[in-house]
Amino acid sequence: MSEVIKTATRDAYGKALVELGNTDAKILVLDADLAAATKTGMFKKEHPEKFIDCGIAEGNMMGVAAGLASAGYTVFASSFAMFAAGRAFEQVRNSIGYTNLNVKIGATHAGISVGEDGASHQCCEDIGLMRTIPNMVILNPADDVEARLCVLAAAKHNGPVYMRFGRLAVPRVFGENYKFEIGKGAVLKEGTDVTIIATGLMVNEALMAYETLKAEGISARVVNMATIKPIDREIVIESAKKTGVIVTAEEHNIIGGLGSAVAEVVCETVPVPVIRVGVEDTFGKSGPAVQLLHEFGLDAANIVAKCKQAVKLKK
Amino acid sequence: MNTSLKKELEIFATKERLLLLEGIFNAKAGHPGGSLSIAELMSYLYNVEMKIDAKNPKWEDRDRFVLSKGHAAPALYATLALKGFFPTEDMKTLRKADSYLQGHPSMKCVPGVDMSTGSLGQGVSAAVGMALAAKLDNKDFRVYTILGDGEIEEGQVWEAAMFANAKKLDNLVVIVDNNNLQIDGTVEEVNSPYPIPEKFTAFGFNTIEIDGNDFDEIEKAFEEAKNTKGRPTAIVAKTVKGKGVSYMENQVNWHGAAPNEELYNQAVAELTAKLNELEGV
Repeated sequence: MSEVIKTATRDAYGKALVELGNTDAKILVLDADLAAATKTGMFKKEHPEKFIDCGIAEGNMMGVAAGLASAGYTVFASSFAMFAAGRAFEQVRNSIGYTNLNVKIGATHAGISVGEDGASHQCCEDIGLMRTIPNMVILNPADDVEARLCVLAAAKHNGPVYMRFGRLAVPRVFGENYKFEIGKGAVLKEGTDVTIIATGLMVNEALMAYETLKAEGISARVVNMATIKPIDREIVIESAKKTGVIVTAEEHNIIGGLGSAVAEVVCETVPVPVIRVGVEDTFGKSGPAVQLLHEFGLDAANIVAKCKQAVKLKK
Repeated sequence: MNTSLKKELEIFATKERLLLLEGIFNAKAGHPGGSLSIAELMSYLYNVEMKIDAKNPKWEDRDRFVLSKGHAAPALYATLALKGFFPTEDMKTLRKADSYLQGHPSMKCVPGVDMSTGSLGQGVSAAVGMALAAKLDNKDFRVYTILGDGEIEEGQVWEAAMFANAKKLDNLVVIVDNNNLQIDGTVEEVNSPYPIPEKFTAFGFNTIEIDGNDFDEIEKAFEEAKNTKGRPTAIVAKTVKGKGVSYMENQVNWHGAAPNEELYNQAVAELTAKLNELEGV
């Protein structure tokens, strides 16, 4: 078996920006004094004339991004998820969402896997915040392959996009031929007893849960949902019909994120139970990222447990 | 300023006041005080200062205007209508459900509006972004933004000011409509932003203090701004809130209220008399 490649999606973000900078003259990258951490520093090094540091002022950065976009630029504005979606929420809503301008928000350090920095920096609310803004597209890639494709797709998309990246190096899930399209989920494993719909680093955990469940005689369907908004309604409805129960998995508060989005679709179409794996409406804490993920139930073991509960609900 | 130009600008400002009040009266809502205070500034910007083309509102090389104090939308709309961006008759539809004239400026549906505003403090950042775009593209368009004196209590304004100076945006002119009143009272009572010129100077701006209802002083300030290199300019314009309508002048209760029919007719009579006097009728 070949060695598993591990890369943080924020690294893939930085590399993809460099790639875009090589070909697209109207790309600008903005950061708020976090270029080394968000990995826009890679872009700064290669394309210094297209990089603008806005300093520690995220609200202003989002407004500046809107002004630049109104003059014809495609602007990538980067910070940690906490500050991009949290602090600058209303600037994103009014100056970028309402205006439908070409600003792509590159939000890194999302979720519990920030690790040692602790709760103040572990943003588990960003999907919920961004999901309520009309015009906003939300992408949450599972690995570096998908992260790169998300960045390229965001650049081509007309309008605002929120991209969610992680700090922690995560295993590569997808091969070279993987195709990504905004708004489309992907069935990674077929199954009949339960569907696991996962996003971000939970996709790899879902695939591990699939193997465990299989060994125990439970047939799980695994869906990767990299686009949280617009949610792929068809694949959710199809999964509900096919397996009769759904478990969602995300590194985000169980309120407002993927689980909520899936439940909304299911409630209005094919009402089946939806069990949400995620951060259970609590704040994070300091610690090694992987240890915290287990502690907060963001792992294959918890997905397996929830799938077993889910299957029982059908009987 | 020569007298014929001044008369022309005064006539425009008076027509602008009549038109913005017509909009607010018909809407039965809106913000007359802070719209009336900036009529002279808008008249000068759109008749003398700015490179614009009403037939091509999205002309790439146009000068940009951002009404950061978006609640003064009636003043912006009246100006744009008088300049031919859309019919003056449409002012009667202001704030109505089937109108494109939104309560606060929207760039998505109002011709000539360069940035959607209304949430205070945000417009100035967008204006800074536009000015930066001009620099990056080696274009010579200039960017103008009007802020309220209450608005500058928002921290984002100072984030934007710091950034504008750091990037040496000498194509940016920030105008503060210093009418001294905000919703809850005088700006001093609420949360004093004073001294305003010193603050902008400390943030690296070339700062000019003027009477914002006086065309000679407005002209001098914008000329000085154009000749200022390497840093942005802030024009702190002392104005009279409600200017031109006797019962609204310096009255905080006219910040966000529409006049009833009797008071509207009085305002129209006062402004029409002023217009007739200017036009020598």
